[in-house]
Amino acid sequence: MLRPPLKRNINMDSNKHFICGVYDDEDVLLSAVEKVRDKGVRIQEVYSPFPVHGLDEALGYRRTRLPIAAFMFGITGTILALFTQTWMLGYDWPMDIGGKNYASLPPFIPVTFEFTVLLSAFGMVGTFFIVSNMKPYGWPRTFDLRSTDDKHIMAIDLADNKLSKDELGRILKDSGATEVNDKNF
Amino acid sequence: MQVTSSIRETLVTGGKTVRDVSEDISKQVEGKPSNLWWMAFGISVVLLLYGAYCFWILLWNGVGVWGLNKTVGWAWDITNFVWWVGIGHAGTLISAILLLFRQRWRMSINRAAEAMTIFAVICAASFPLAHMGRLWIGPVWSLPLPNAFGSLWVNFNSPLLWDVFAISTYFSVSLVFWYMGLVPDFAVIRDRAVRMGNNTRALIYNALSFGWSGGAKTWMRYESVALILAGLSTPLVLSVHTIVSMDFATSVIPGWHTTIFPPYFVAGAIFSGFAMVLTLLLVTRKVFHLEDYITIYHVELMNIIIIVTGSIVGIAYITEFFIAWYGQVPAEQYAFINRATGPYWWAYWSMMTCNVISPQLFWFKKIRTNLVATFIISIIVNIGMWFERFVIIVTSLHRDYVPSSWSMFHPTMYDIGQYLFTFGLFFSAFLLFAKFFPVINMAEVKSIVKATSEKKH
Repeated sequence: MLRPPLKRNINMDSNKHFICGVYDDEDVLLSAVEKVRDKGVRIQEVYSPFPVHGLDEALGYRRTRLPIAAFMFGITGTILALFTQTWMLGYDWPMDIGGKNYASLPPFIPVTFEFTVLLSAFGMVGTFFIVSNMKPYGWPRTFDLRSTDDKHIMAIDLADNKLSKDELGRILKDSGATEVNDKNF
Repeated sequence: MQVTSSIRETLVTGGKTVRDVSEDISKQVEGKPSNLWWMAFGISVVLLLYGAYCFWILLWNGVGVWGLNKTVGWAWDITNFVWWVGIGHAGTLISAILLLFRQRWRMSINRAAEAMTIFAVICAASFPLAHMGRLWIGPVWSLPLPNAFGSLWVNFNSPLLWDVFAISTYFSVSLVFWYMGLVPDFAVIRDRAVRMGNNTRALIYNALSFGWSGGAKTWMRYESVALILAGLSTPLVLSVHTIVSMDFATSVIPGWHTTIFPPYFVAGAIFSGFAMVLTLLLVTRKVFHLEDYITIYHVELMNIIIIVTGSIVGIAYITEFFIAWYGQVPAEQYAFINRATGPYWWAYWSMMTCNVISPQLFWFKKIRTNLVATFIISIIVNIGMWFERFVIIVTSLHRDYVPSSWSMFHPTMYDIGQYLFTFGLFFSAFLLFAKFFPVINMAEVKSIVKATSEKKH
């Protein structure tokens, strides 16, 4: 098996040791996560080819705050758009268009709405890429190349856990892992 | 755990496993394109080049090369613009509205439909851009940027300006939504490339996937982003065609000045968009052998949406006529009588036949599950929807209040050329997409494979 061509993101000095359980089925994986965590084992992360519903709760992750980010960006867009339109047409250069009010709310709604959506979408997606540390350069830490194909990989950092490698391997096997592999970075 | 109602049909046939999904879809990206693909791409590029020549002549000489005259100041350009924007709507409906309604059948068709949206909006935008004349300053003047005239700001009261904001927001948000869907699938191709030892491909698709790792935390955030983008896109897509219809409805031209325009336009947009999705997907399905992913059941469901939206459009046509009679405004009444019996009667009756009668055939299960019939009707619907816009725009304008200025519109080769240009652009972009990007959302389809393919009939 070939190594990923880029290793920029991998810190070679840290010399980290992982043990990975490979699961074929998402329902087995879900129960395995609970079994493994019940034994007091700390899981580094689970890598899946598709979103597995309930996995985040099983792993005890806090709900993401991205919706709040989206709302904040959106409200910024609303205020910015309303202010800009009112200032431009109501104050900076008022224009008499068919004797209508210089600045009135209803005709400003469409642009305000569009700008709200625009800022909210772009702000949220940008925040997603930043908090997930995703960028077009640099290679992710790949535990198993099959994790984007059809396998679910549960990665456990040996330094995080008191149990030995063999004991952890046995727990993974018992929980339904079809393979248990070592992975060192 | 996935739970699927027992009355639902299987969404992925052929007993596919998760692994087969990666294999079947990635194969298209990894292999060499077929002769059929090259042929289609060749034809599209020829259309594009001929269209580009016509576009160049237009830019060099000005809008005068089109067949417009003093009475009919808007014709093919705006007809084509509205037609293309409408086509785009199905993509967002499938990916956003059906996501909010938790319709799983969207999953194998949303990627191609969203790609169609993006290319259709680009094609649409080329018409107002060309109509502005000087392409290099028109788009700049339509934005509220400080300028040397005061600053003299743009008119935020104008629906045409709302359209600038609506179309550009719609395009960029759809692009982001589509790209977000592609990110995990690019990673599939990257990891397969690493396994095959193809470093160049691995590097390119890693960059495209933003270094996707597929961790549970990332998936959790990703799902949240997808849901909110769907929530934002749903009112957005409705607002876009609403605003497009306001370009007409806020004017005082008989035949345009009606309050039913926004819902009528949105229904028409979804109607024509689904027809185009069907036209494209039936070909894609055949060429890329995706019969197990885009099943007859998918086609049937899309045809049901065509019946619903087609019937809404039919009711809107009848309502317009009724209100014209009931409203007792002579100019309004004349505009509608003239549509049906005047010199453009053939356009009106083409529209009625294609849009109102042809989709009703889908009431028969035999017809809506027949691929050849669906393909033919989908093209007829697209022709009908083009005529709808032509009828609304040209027949309302060509006989204005002063009979001495009545006239007809005759398209020149440059009108036709720019329409062909957008076809060339649309199909070459779609073919490139189908070659280099996974045409089916692998991650989403994988998540339903277990629930749907294990079910026995």
